[in-house]
Amino acid sequence: MTLSMLLGEPRVITVGASVLGEALDQQAVPRTPVDWRPPLPGTSEALARVLADPRRERANALAVGRLLSARPRLVGVRPAHEVLGLEPGTFFHAGPPVTWERASGPMRGALIGAMLFEGLASSPEEAERRLASGDGITLDSCHHHRTVGPMAGVVSPSMWMFEVADAEHGGTAYCSLNEGLGKVLRYGAYGTEVVERLRWMGEVLGPVLQATLRRTGPLDLRSLIAQALQMGDELHNRNRAATSLLVRELAPAVVEAAPERAAEVLRFVNGNDHFFLNAGMAAAKVSADAARNVPGSSLVVAMARNGTEFGIQVSGLGDRWFTGPAGVPDGLYLGAYGPEDANPDIGDSTITETAGLGGFAMAAAPAIVRFVGGDVADAVAATTSMYEITLAEHPAYQIPGLGFRGTPVGIDVTLVARTGLLPVVNTGIAGRVAGTGQVGAGLVSPPAEAFTAALEALTLP
Amino acid sequence: MSDLVEVRAGVYHDSVSLMRVSQALTARTGVEVALVAMATELNVDLARDLGFAVPAATGGDLLVAIRASGDEQLENAAAELDRQLVAGSPGGGSPARDALPRTTRSASRAWDATVALVSVPGEHAFAEACDAVEAGLSVMIFSDNVPVDLEILLKDRARDKGVLVMGPDCGTAVIGGAGLGFANVLRPGRVGVVAASGTGAQQVTSLLDLAGVGVSHLLGVGGRDLSARVGGRSTTQALLALDEDPATELIVLVSKPPAPEVAAAVQELSLSKPVVRALLGPGQDDLTTAVEKVLGALGVPVPEWPSWAAESPPVSGGPLRGLYSGGTLCTEAALIAGTGEFTDFGDDEYTRGRAHPMIDPALRLEALAAVETGVVLLDVVLGHGSDPDPSASLAPAVEKARERGVAVVVALVGTEGDPQGLRSQAARLNEAGAAVFTSNAAAARHARLLIGAS
Repeated sequence: MTLSMLLGEPRVITVGASVLGEALDQQAVPRTPVDWRPPLPGTSEALARVLADPRRERANALAVGRLLSARPRLVGVRPAHEVLGLEPGTFFHAGPPVTWERASGPMRGALIGAMLFEGLASSPEEAERRLASGDGITLDSCHHHRTVGPMAGVVSPSMWMFEVADAEHGGTAYCSLNEGLGKVLRYGAYGTEVVERLRWMGEVLGPVLQATLRRTGPLDLRSLIAQALQMGDELHNRNRAATSLLVRELAPAVVEAAPERAAEVLRFVNGNDHFFLNAGMAAAKVSADAARNVPGSSLVVAMARNGTEFGIQVSGLGDRWFTGPAGVPDGLYLGAYGPEDANPDIGDSTITETAGLGGFAMAAAPAIVRFVGGDVADAVAATTSMYEITLAEHPAYQIPGLGFRGTPVGIDVTLVARTGLLPVVNTGIAGRVAGTGQVGAGLVSPPAEAFTAALEALTLP
Repeated sequence: MSDLVEVRAGVYHDSVSLMRVSQALTARTGVEVALVAMATELNVDLARDLGFAVPAATGGDLLVAIRASGDEQLENAAAELDRQLVAGSPGGGSPARDALPRTTRSASRAWDATVALVSVPGEHAFAEACDAVEAGLSVMIFSDNVPVDLEILLKDRARDKGVLVMGPDCGTAVIGGAGLGFANVLRPGRVGVVAASGTGAQQVTSLLDLAGVGVSHLLGVGGRDLSARVGGRSTTQALLALDEDPATELIVLVSKPPAPEVAAAVQELSLSKPVVRALLGPGQDDLTTAVEKVLGALGVPVPEWPSWAAESPPVSGGPLRGLYSGGTLCTEAALIAGTGEFTDFGDDEYTRGRAHPMIDPALRLEALAAVETGVVLLDVVLGHGSDPDPSASLAPAVEKARERGVAVVVALVGTEGDPQGLRSQAARLNEAGAAVFTSNAAAARHARLLIGAS
């Protein structure tokens, strides 16, 4: 056999005792040192077992390959009861499953708002009573139904959904339509203006977009996201470029499809810099779902929060959730709000980070680095550090400022445990009291125990 | 007296760097003792034995324990500590530190390497070595305390990828002139070495170098490779690779006694180049004799191996105490001496949570100081990676031993090119009263002579 090591000049990666690295420096042997530190406490045995699993390397290559090759296309806008089979009284919500008893303020607020919107209660008090009694009420996680929702992520039968299909692997995913900022259902607000807006979205926005997409045909979201990254979006806390691109793509067809309604629809979409977020989330969801259920894979296929817990799902571990307490984001607050008004982390929008966007693509979005606390160097450092815990670089989603390097994508729980680096998550901050709405935006760290619990589970047959 | 005891949670530095910091602090005036180490059970016990009140800590925390003559001295020492810890970090405290890769995996993606050198604590070595093999790199695992089932798994994966796993517990390798781990400065040449024994390989290659014969590559395979369980997986790979290597004319296989069935299987490999076996064990050639056979096969005359006799060695008789840093050298010496109490301070039980005795002489010096009578036989191994000036701490200890009437015999393994200077180290130890031999076998024979054994 030929050992390639013996053929050329030696170039050495050193990891461990610095004296051995220095000995190479004295010999002028080129080397790269690893800044090694011990893994998360208590994980070394599980790490050895999972790394020894003969399936792992190929399983991860397969799983992340599917995540990278997904081709999400926006194919339609349809009502939830039609596409998800939602019955009255059934609500999907963000994050791992949660009960009314354990639900946080904004989650309760959003459920109350959805009850009012669906006409299942005539007052917030009545809605709350019915939700608390559980009578005729079913709550389930969006993720269990190929769906994601930002913040509280509450989906009720009459809401209209983006429908995104993966042209490569054939999957489909859904996300509700974005309501805008401020007092909105997803942040837990349920006042009259919130419910009226939802009604308009169901009666006007949804049907008009549906007719529009029938004219345009499927919209290539992979390409749109790739362009938006090059225009300064990270697709979680900044969607201004992506929303602008979407408006450009849709506007003529909106006018053709609904001349009388076109102005108000375009004004609404154009007035909300986050309008694209929900379409992007569905794109991320359908991509991550393509990577599910590969036996032996330690790839994270979902990260989601319900306002109480932060949960992850892992490709090789089916639909099980591994959770820890949701943290309170660190960030900037609107107006007079402060950290004491903040609810713990909430929302399925971490599906963007799962798919290599959001916090993982911070370096692409210098415009918002101050908004999430920090400067451009911090943003570059955040993205750079995520290459340490991911399996791949995205072939299409590139960051101009990093020499068009692909975004870090495909979180591996073994790499999280080994480096102690937790995924960087950009997020909005909801008020902790039901009905408040958004109070800020910032960065949040997931709980390490979600990742170590998944690692433990991977050691079991 | 003022004590400073601190546990810094989650702060990691490697044991060698911390030993240097401890030494630098202890050397300061006004500092009585300084222990800066990862808070392993062993190190926490050590601190408690020194009278420090150590709070609860885990092996992932940094333990700082300093005792100084006064508050000011303590403060200064603490400031020096922080300066040293920053300077000793992988990036030397420069801003580029943030950009350093955190795993072998990410390093291999960012940089075009040919080999990885892993020396993290044993329980974590598998992950880094796995990264290297998966990236298609050969890997040297300097770390010990790696479970044998993981070693086997790694070596099977490496075979599938066409790369070599050197180790675990591989002390030395020389790849295309670059010394990895503990490695002597060897002239380039035509002898390829496959070694399941680090210090054994260093002895063989150093003697070859002293005879003017150079080495193409020295491929370590780890001390267990020729055991029945590991079955010579890496030895086979390494032999086949050197057989293909155009620079290699003759191969030397250095090992402690292999499992017979493994030795037989290795023997059956069909190789085009001659193989000289240096398999240490009862009834086998010692390493020096094996080297002389290699020289014979190459038609190179055997030189007189350099040695420095001690002036007026005391006729002591009495017990023989072997204090070794190299396992194979220890075994060889014990076999030749046929008597005495030998300790290998490089063994796993002495290196858990602390640096190898070839870097950290403390345990061996303690043992030397405890010998009251008879003869002490010890090894000093030079080369890259080893103590930059071993005689600095050893020579005074030898002098004291001589004053107690103890004779000291040193096997000095090294080459003229080694950074420590073979001749200056020999002279220093010899002046202190030690008899010094470049052949470990010759040193052991001399020790046997001194105690009057036949």
